[in-house]
Amino acid sequence: MAIALNQEAPAAGGGAAQRYYRRFTPIERVLHALLMLSFVGCALSGLPLIFADKPWAATLARILGGFEGAGLIHRICAFVMIVVFATHVALVFGRALSRGRIMAVLWGPDSMVPQPQDVIDVYRNFKWFVGVGPRPQFDRWTYWEKFDYWAVFWGMLIIGGSGLLLWFPVFFAKFLPGWIFNIAALVHGEEALLAVGFIFTFHFFNGHLRPAKFPMDTVVFTGRISEHEMKDERRVQFDRLTREGRLATDETTAPSEESKWFGWVVGGVALALGIVAIVLIVSSLF
Amino acid sequence: MILARSLAAICALLASVLVAAQPAPMAAAAPASGPNDTCLMCHGDKDAKGAAGQSIAVDAAQFGSSVHGGLALKCTDCHSDVSAQKLPHAEKLKPVNCGTCHAKAVAEYAGTVHGLARKGGNTVAASCTDCHGKHDIKRSKDADSRTNHANIEATCSTCHGSDKVVAQGKLPGGNVGSTFHDSIHGKALKGAAQGSAPTCTNCHGAHSIRAKGEAASRTSRANIPETCGSCHKPESVAFLKGSHGKLRQDGNMAAPGCTDCHSAHGIQQHDSDKFQIAVIKECGTCHQDYLSTYRDTFHGQVTALGYARMATCASCHGAHDVLPASNPLSKVSAQNRLKTCQACHAGASENFASFDPHANRHDKARNPLYYYAALFMELLLFGVFAFFGIHTLFWFYREVREKFGRGRGPGDTGNGREKH
Repeated sequence: MAIALNQEAPAAGGGAAQRYYRRFTPIERVLHALLMLSFVGCALSGLPLIFADKPWAATLARILGGFEGAGLIHRICAFVMIVVFATHVALVFGRALSRGRIMAVLWGPDSMVPQPQDVIDVYRNFKWFVGVGPRPQFDRWTYWEKFDYWAVFWGMLIIGGSGLLLWFPVFFAKFLPGWIFNIAALVHGEEALLAVGFIFTFHFFNGHLRPAKFPMDTVVFTGRISEHEMKDERRVQFDRLTREGRLATDETTAPSEESKWFGWVVGGVALALGIVAIVLIVSSLF
Repeated sequence: MILARSLAAICALLASVLVAAQPAPMAAAAPASGPNDTCLMCHGDKDAKGAAGQSIAVDAAQFGSSVHGGLALKCTDCHSDVSAQKLPHAEKLKPVNCGTCHAKAVAEYAGTVHGLARKGGNTVAASCTDCHGKHDIKRSKDADSRTNHANIEATCSTCHGSDKVVAQGKLPGGNVGSTFHDSIHGKALKGAAQGSAPTCTNCHGAHSIRAKGEAASRTSRANIPETCGSCHKPESVAFLKGSHGKLRQDGNMAAPGCTDCHSAHGIQQHDSDKFQIAVIKECGTCHQDYLSTYRDTFHGQVTALGYARMATCASCHGAHDVLPASNPLSKVSAQNRLKTCQACHAGASENFASFDPHANRHDKARNPLYYYAALFMELLLFGVFAFFGIHTLFWFYREVREKFGRGRGPGDTGNGREKH
C-alpha cells in the first residue's frame, strides 16, 4: 500500500506544470484511509442498535449478517480503529521526542493545538460569511480542521474506551462498578451519534461538498496540495514557507493516478455510504 | 317440439323410478327395518327433490351405520310429526327435537353461547345438528365422528374458521380456526401426540361452552389458569405463586393470566424466537417504563431488531413465577441477582450484577450519574450541531454567492476569492 502511494506520476508538461506541495505523509494517508473505512464500518454496523425500533434498522442488520454478523463487523472495525489511533499517537510522540521538535508539535503553525489565531480566524470567517470582511487566508491547519481532529481524538477516547468496557464487561467488572457500564453504553451510543452526525455532514461539507471543493477534495488521499490551491486558501502558509525558504523542500511531484483513483473510488463510496446513513438518521428523528 | 320434450321428460321420469326401485331391496337388506322402508320409497332416491328443488334424499346405508341407525330407530322417532298413515306428509316438517331423548344435553345447550345466541335470533349459531350431523351422527369415540377428538377442530372451523360465517354471525374472536390451526396445539393435533393435544372443546367445553364474559365460562379471565392448568400443572402452580397469580387471587383481574402472554388460539412454542420476541411487548402493556428503559439497553436493542439470543424480560424476571425484587425468592432479588446474570455472563462478579438494566436517563433519583452523563451528552450534541449548523449554512450561502452570484469581475478564478 505504502509502495503504491509513493509511486509518483510523471510530471506532465515539464516546467509549465502545476507545482505541488506535500500536505500529508504516506503513513498519514494510510491512517486516514483505514480510519475512514473502519469508521464507516462501525457506523453502519452500530446504527441499527441505536435505531432498533425503525424498520430500516432490522433490514440493515440483516444485510450485515444479522446481530452476530454486524457485531463481528463492528468489532473488527473497532480493532482497526484502535490500531490506527495507537499508531497515530505513537507517531506524534515519536515526532515530538526523537527530533526534539516538541515545541513544534505543541505550538505554532504545524501544531494541532488550538491557538489565539484560531479564535481570530473564526471571527474573520464569520465576518466574511455575512459579507462584512474579505475571505480570510489560513496557515497549514484551519480551525475547522483542528476541530475535526480533536473531535475524532476525543471520540476515540470516549467511544473506544466505552466500547472496550462493553466488549469485555465481565473482565472490567472485576474492578469497575456496575454503573460505569450504564454510562459506557449511554456515551458510546450518544458520542457515536455525534461522531457520525458530525463526520457525515460537517466534515463532508467542510472538506468535500462545499461549492469550492465539490464534489470531493482528494488531498488526503494523494497527500499533495497544488500551488494554486495553497495560494487560494492557505496564503498564510504559502507566504510563511516562502519566507522560511521551506517551499522548495516541501515541493513534491504531481499526485499519482493510483492515489487519485483511490481517492475518487474509495472516498466516493465512503461519502455515499455516509450520506445514506445521514438520510436514515434524519428520517428517524421525525 | 313440445310433444317431443314431454315425451323425453316422461321417459326420464320412468327411468329414474326404475333406477331408484332397484337398490331399494338392497337398502332394506342392510339394517332391515320395516317402518323406514316406507320413508325410503321416496327419500331413498338420491335424486329426490322437494317442492323447492332442495334434496330430500336420505342415504339409507349411512343412516344404518349411524348411532341412531344402529339402535334401529325409526325415522318417525325424530320426525315425530310424520305418520305412515298420513302420506304424503306436510311439505314443511317441524324441527327435530333432540331433547325427546337427550333432555340433559339439550338443557345444557340452552345455556351455552350457541344456545343463547340462537335464542337471541342469531340463526348462524350452531345447533345440535351443526356439530353432530343429521342422519350420519356417530358416537364421539368413532374415528369418523364429527365430534371425535381428531375431528373437533374441523367441525368448529366450519363456522369459526370461515371468514364468511364469522362475518355473517359476528362471531367473537374472528377467524380463530385458522389461528388455532397454526398454533402449538393445532400442530400437535396433527402430530404424534394428537391423542393428548387439546382441541377446541378441551378449553371451551362442548355442552358447557360459554362466552368468556360469563363467570361460569372455562375461558373467563378468572378461570383461564385453571383451564390451562388442567394440562400444564407445574406452570399453573408456579403462576399462582408469582406476583401475577397473587394479584388475581386478591381479586385484581387486570393482572395477566395465561392468555395475556401466550394468546389464546395462536399459542406458539414458548422457546421459539418468534414468541420470545413478541412476548416482550406484552409485559410493556402494564410495565411501560420498564419496557422503555429496557429498549435503551443492548439487550432491548438486539431483541427489538428481532434477534432472540439476548435477555428478554423473562430471562431475568422469570416467567410464571415472576416476583418483585423485594421478595428474596425473586430471580432479581439482591440474593439471586448475581446468579441470574451468570446464567448468560459466565464469571460475572458482584460489580457486574450492580449494572442497572433499567437505568432511566430522566430519573435523577434512581441514576444520578447516568442522569448527568445524559444531560452532558445532550448539551454536547446540541452545542456542536448548533454551532456547525449555523457555520455551515453561512459558509454555504457565501460560497454559492461567490461562485454563482452576479457581479463576478473578469479574471475571477471562480474559487470564491473576494476582490477588495
